Amino acid sequence: MSNVPALELKGITKRFGEVVANRDVDLDVRHGEILAILGENGSGKTTLMNMISGIYFPDEGEIFIDGAPVTIASPKDAFSYGIGMIHQHFKLIDVFTAAENIVLGIEDGKYDLKRATERIAEITARYGFELDPKKKIYDMAVSEKQTVEIIKVLYRGAEILILDEPTAVLTPQETQKLFAVLRKMRDDGKSIIIITHKMHEVLSISDRVAVLRRGEHIATVNTAETNEGALTEMMVGKKVSLNIARSEPKEPLDRLVVRGLNCVNREGVKVLDNVSFEARSGEILGIAGIAGSGQRELLEAIAGLQKLENGEILYYDPKAGGEEVNLRDKTPVQIRDLGVRLSFVPEDRLGMGLVGNMDITDNMMLRSYRVGHSFFVDRKPPHELAERIIDELEVVTPGTTTPVRRLSGGNVQKVLVGREIAAAPTVLMAAYPVRGLDINSSYTIYHLLNRQKESGVAVIFVGEDLDVLLELCDRILVIGSGVITGTLDARKTTKEEVGYLMTATERREEA
Amino acid sequence: MKNDVKVKEKKTHEPLIHITKRAALPLSQAILIRVVAILASLLFCGVITIFVTGDNPFSVYATIFDGAFGTSVRIWRTLLETAMLLAVALALTTAFKMRFWNIGGEGQILIGALATAVCMFYIGNSVPRWALILIMLVTALIAGAVWGLLPAFFKAHFGTNETLFTLMMNYVSIQLVRFFLNVADKSGQSTIGPTELTHGWLPEIIHPYFLSILVVAVLTVVIYIYLKYTKHGYEISVVGESENTARYIGINVKKVMLRTMAISGAICALVGFLLVGGTHHGITTSTADSRGFTAIMVSWLAHFNPFMMVLTSALIIFMAHGAEEVSSVFGLNASFADILTGIILFFIIGCEFFVNYQLHVNRKKKNLADEAKEVA
Repeated sequence: MSNVPALELKGITKRFGEVVANRDVDLDVRHGEILAILGENGSGKTTLMNMISGIYFPDEGEIFIDGAPVTIASPKDAFSYGIGMIHQHFKLIDVFTAAENIVLGIEDGKYDLKRATERIAEITARYGFELDPKKKIYDMAVSEKQTVEIIKVLYRGAEILILDEPTAVLTPQETQKLFAVLRKMRDDGKSIIIITHKMHEVLSISDRVAVLRRGEHIATVNTAETNEGALTEMMVGKKVSLNIARSEPKEPLDRLVVRGLNCVNREGVKVLDNVSFEARSGEILGIAGIAGSGQRELLEAIAGLQKLENGEILYYDPKAGGEEVNLRDKTPVQIRDLGVRLSFVPEDRLGMGLVGNMDITDNMMLRSYRVGHSFFVDRKPPHELAERIIDELEVVTPGTTTPVRRLSGGNVQKVLVGREIAAAPTVLMAAYPVRGLDINSSYTIYHLLNRQKESGVAVIFVGEDLDVLLELCDRILVIGSGVITGTLDARKTTKEEVGYLMTATERREEA
Repeated sequence: MKNDVKVKEKKTHEPLIHITKRAALPLSQAILIRVVAILASLLFCGVITIFVTGDNPFSVYATIFDGAFGTSVRIWRTLLETAMLLAVALALTTAFKMRFWNIGGEGQILIGALATAVCMFYIGNSVPRWALILIMLVTALIAGAVWGLLPAFFKAHFGTNETLFTLMMNYVSIQLVRFFLNVADKSGQSTIGPTELTHGWLPEIIHPYFLSILVVAVLTVVIYIYLKYTKHGYEISVVGESENTARYIGINVKKVMLRTMAISGAICALVGFLLVGGTHHGITTSTADSRGFTAIMVSWLAHFNPFMMVLTSALIIFMAHGAEEVSSVFGLNASFADILTGIILFFIIGCEFFVNYQLHVNRKKKNLADEAKEVA
């Protein structure tokens, strides 16, 4: 291979209004290497990659392919230079087969599915993919869909592949398979750029790591010569301790007992299948599972937002000496009127938990505006609560009158979690509370959850990062396709075991 | 096979103009842009008029001003029309805040007007004046509320499209008015005016128009408070911003939708009541006079702020009356007034683009091309 980099960026800057997404970024990718782009959310990784793949156009700077300057003004241009991007959200047509999706949009004047299938077979054999070209997309698991996306760009002759957070939707086992394929592609001379914020993946797959922080390129280092601590420091800009304290649960009592929940979604597909579990006071119950396995429906069912086929949700009130209350088929208002203090941090923060265009005070009021018989709202208590949360959780905001959508992801989450905790809950449910948060904010949230646990709250934590689940939770409930496939002691189990259970239902179906 | 990619010299066009969204424009600048737009629209109107008539541009502007404020009659008329348009905009705004696109203001005004006229026509002789006025008012409000509730009910329960539904309801209203005119006017001319509607005229204070204007002034303050400081108003905002959030905190979305549309329809009907009972003392199929549609613009231009709507409705009425005067003074076709109003609105609405976005002309294009040449 020549010494000329496959792809080189010089002085790339991109602004969105006053926000500088990328500032003066220099970067190079060699032939036959895997380059990891590491950075926290909002550090400009995806924007940078979107400029290489022709989705955005840089405001300043130049791009070179094999040493020659190029202008990439559209994804079509990017393809003509052999650049292919695999997005986080797949862009496939559900009712088409894998092969049909792969040839879609190729303008070579003919549509020869048989020849295409042969070529797909050739590509899969070469790199060790597993794919049935005749399988329809809607029959596929997430990992298979990803395979189709990767083959799609290889089919178009991509030499430089960009993968945006490819492991976010995969189990540990599937991740290992993907990495094996990527290594084969590298050995074949392809250049691979992988965007991620999972440190251990960076260390295991990449040859070099480029770290971005606040849109700037901090450094590119050889993976072999660095470690987790050093990379984190570059990424965050200061040293952070990466330990989550975990105390032993104190006198755990059943607080919420769920028995035989069944739930069908609008399309008539069963999303919860005979789900039973209990959440205890003073402990954190983790829920692990591939995204979309029924976690959302489960939490919404408990919060009174989901219609159920059958089953019961029993709440034991600590105030009333353990009196039993059935929450099934109750609306959120009815649940609150029963005196049940249930707080819920939903997955969709700005679309469900908060109102993006409203300011912090008005968002605080969401939970409390009904108080009293007055026709008018009283903004004083929520305003005080807003000030208290800003102060205690160190929310970075110009003031209480700033619309929450203007805040960064971490601060938005602090506002939401702060409000839910302020209600002094006895059950706290949090769905993906650290998704998209930087390391510091994530740890703030972990500490908050831990504090709630220590004060005797039953915490239910739906997470995606297995490392965190294992470190933070007391027990882990694994859910796969709406079925509880196991309950594990978080102190004793392993990532592999959790990963295995996550896909247990799929294997059962295939068998 | 995989190596057949050629890094070929491709002719690609760098975008010449970049459009970026502005973060937040200082208020003074935003106002400046709008003022410039209005001045530019007047300039353009002047040029067009001169081109057509060959007259002095300043006499054109003077005529526009004269049309709106030239005599006390005109001033009162401008005030009244502003008030009526503003009231409809307030009605629509309550629905718009909820992201419910009520474009049935026209029909809701008419149905209110019809209810008022029916009361005046059929029971005008048999009840005392104060009772008649009260009956007129209540009937009109109920009719308007029903006209608002129908599309809301179908949207809440069957997910129908409110835009189409409210629009269609306009035609139902028009036909109902036409039916009334045919039935009520035995002369066959289908006109119901002051000679037929002799009872139930609203009391005259200071000026025939004053009461209507006063009612709208009070209404403006009430709606502002309702939307901003009441629990209802808060619920409307939450439902409008995110139905999911509303569900999450336990707001009954259907109830809010029905309640708000009943209010929206009733306020439109109030305008119908004021028009028939207070000023026209008659009814035609065009009593609403497109206010239901113009008010959409008033509401949006003011970003749903009731007090800003006072300005936007005044501006639109001023321009419309001015343009009317220009076409009559200079002896032009009546459509000319519409052309001028159209030009003015085009500028006013168009300037919102510049308030929200910024244009950058790509200057480095040349440099890059030069460098590329050097490399080659």
